Amino acid sequence: MGEARAISKSMTVGEAGTATVFAALAFLSIIVAAKAHTPAYAFHAYLFAAASVGAVFLVLNRYMSRPAALPPREIDGKPNYNLGPVKFAAIAAVVWGIAGFGVGLLAALQLAFPALNFDLSWLSFGRIRPLHTSAVIFAFGGNVLIGTSFYVVQRTCRARLAGELAPWFVVLGYNFFIVIAGTGYLLGITQSKEYAEPEWYADLWLTVVWVAYFLVFLGTVMRRKEPHIYVANWFYLGFILTIAVLHLGNNPAVPVSLFSPKSYIVWAGVQDAMVQWWYGHNAVGFFLTAGFLAIMYYFIPKRAERPVYSYRLSIVHFWALIFIYIWAGPHHLHYTALPDWAQTLGMTFSVMLWMPSWGGMINGLMTLSGAWDKLRTDPVLRMMVVSVAFYGMSTFEGPLMSVKAVNSLSHYTDWTIGHVHSGALGWVAFVSFGALYCLFSWVWNRPLYSVRLVSWHFWISTIGIVLYITAMWVAGILQGLMWRAYTSLGFLEYSFIETVEAMRPFYLIRALGGALFLAGALIMAWNLWRTVVARRVETPFAAGDVRLAAAE
Amino acid sequence: MDPTYRMLAEFAQTWGLLYFVGLFLAVVVYAFWPARKQRFEDAARMPLRED
Repeated sequence: MGEARAISKSMTVGEAGTATVFAALAFLSIIVAAKAHTPAYAFHAYLFAAASVGAVFLVLNRYMSRPAALPPREIDGKPNYNLGPVKFAAIAAVVWGIAGFGVGLLAALQLAFPALNFDLSWLSFGRIRPLHTSAVIFAFGGNVLIGTSFYVVQRTCRARLAGELAPWFVVLGYNFFIVIAGTGYLLGITQSKEYAEPEWYADLWLTVVWVAYFLVFLGTVMRRKEPHIYVANWFYLGFILTIAVLHLGNNPAVPVSLFSPKSYIVWAGVQDAMVQWWYGHNAVGFFLTAGFLAIMYYFIPKRAERPVYSYRLSIVHFWALIFIYIWAGPHHLHYTALPDWAQTLGMTFSVMLWMPSWGGMINGLMTLSGAWDKLRTDPVLRMMVVSVAFYGMSTFEGPLMSVKAVNSLSHYTDWTIGHVHSGALGWVAFVSFGALYCLFSWVWNRPLYSVRLVSWHFWISTIGIVLYITAMWVAGILQGLMWRAYTSLGFLEYSFIETVEAMRPFYLIRALGGALFLAGALIMAWNLWRTVVARRVETPFAAGDVRLAAAE
Repeated sequence: MDPTYRMLAEFAQTWGLLYFVGLFLAVVVYAFWPARKQRFEDAARMPLRED
């Protein structure tokens, strides 16, 4: 890298190529914008044009201001970690998290007070709901995964991230996809596939970004100084690779025209439904599970300063999880046009998932053995340990609900919503919060501004989750029982609207739970902000915390 | 019962079962092979050994 001939400064192939491609994309986008069939699509084309021009500017500006030699991979024999993209993703995760939880609260309130859509098409429930799910899963969760994976892969491989522009392309490109997806939902652009709502052009863009993500990650693993690939990287790789396959499998669509946002999927009828839930359930399995298990396997040992309980169990956990998860999707289509045998297959594999899930949970929890006292003094660790407990709980509940007899009661009811949120709030969000608290203080190399505020965040959010999921369990079972109740004459006992009315108190409790969860996240954002600007550190509430704050 | 279903079910109940049991055993043998014990214990300490 830093050889003698690097005196004369010249553009790398990557810099010249990226600038050229984005310049071309800017022109193409302007042409598409001019000929677009709908104003919403024209708006998106202009966004693409603006982002492309911005990218050209950033690449050229970076070239002009950088020294002739590219950053070295090592300085004094130590890896020269590339933490810029990690910082960006960490901040983006917090921002999108607040937005996603806020939109979720709005959606919850709309169910209790329908007038809250203000008679605006943009704020109608049908548009707000995918905005919420995508914002929390892909914007919040995705940035957490990209940020932590770029951090973890560098630290555990003792190697600088592969590529100089590529990691930035991944982080910025992914967030641009989020902007396109989110504004699209508000404007009514959707292909109506759950968790895969963005239309063909957004899907194409995500494909390019995701391939770059895979290459950066793999390139870094290949540069590693460690002989062994740490288990967290296996989970990250499984997540990245499988999401690529799922995305391609679920989105082969033929656009009506280059100038139209509308496309038609090549799958038809029940095959489309099956492919959709093969995708949908594995988005849960590989995005929301494998990716966050990677976080568990790195951040919990690191924070607790204990090696993982059983490394060998983690290997069995990994292979069993990925081989079984991929078959579980059909349980989303019980009692539909999907053939019975496929439903039974999905159910069987879902029940088998108990084993790897609980193996992983035990592995995560037992990592604390000999260090349980840290839960008393370190609320960050407490948050991550509680997240693993929630992982165990929701991976127990999931297989239970996939059993056909149970599903006949739970399907289409709010029990499903309760289940999803015990996983999403309890497991995914809590392990993310824990990782973000660690990441901000490690990457910016500062103690957390306030450990006491982390404790407040923990308790407020935990109470919020408990309110949310218990309300939804009661609501869901009530709903399911009301739907299937018959009179002695064989008529349905309740009209649909009666079941809706019965839900109202629980919708209010749910909204309260969501508000508490959002409040906790706002406390976190404030705490992390103060950590980064680092004017002062708040006085800890116990002597033990001084030691903890200085642990890194 | 149509022939496609029977064929699929037979395949899944025989070869599919063997395939998964075989895979599982292979992973367990790989992970718990005594000679690899030290290597995996070192690997577990990887996050803690950082600079």
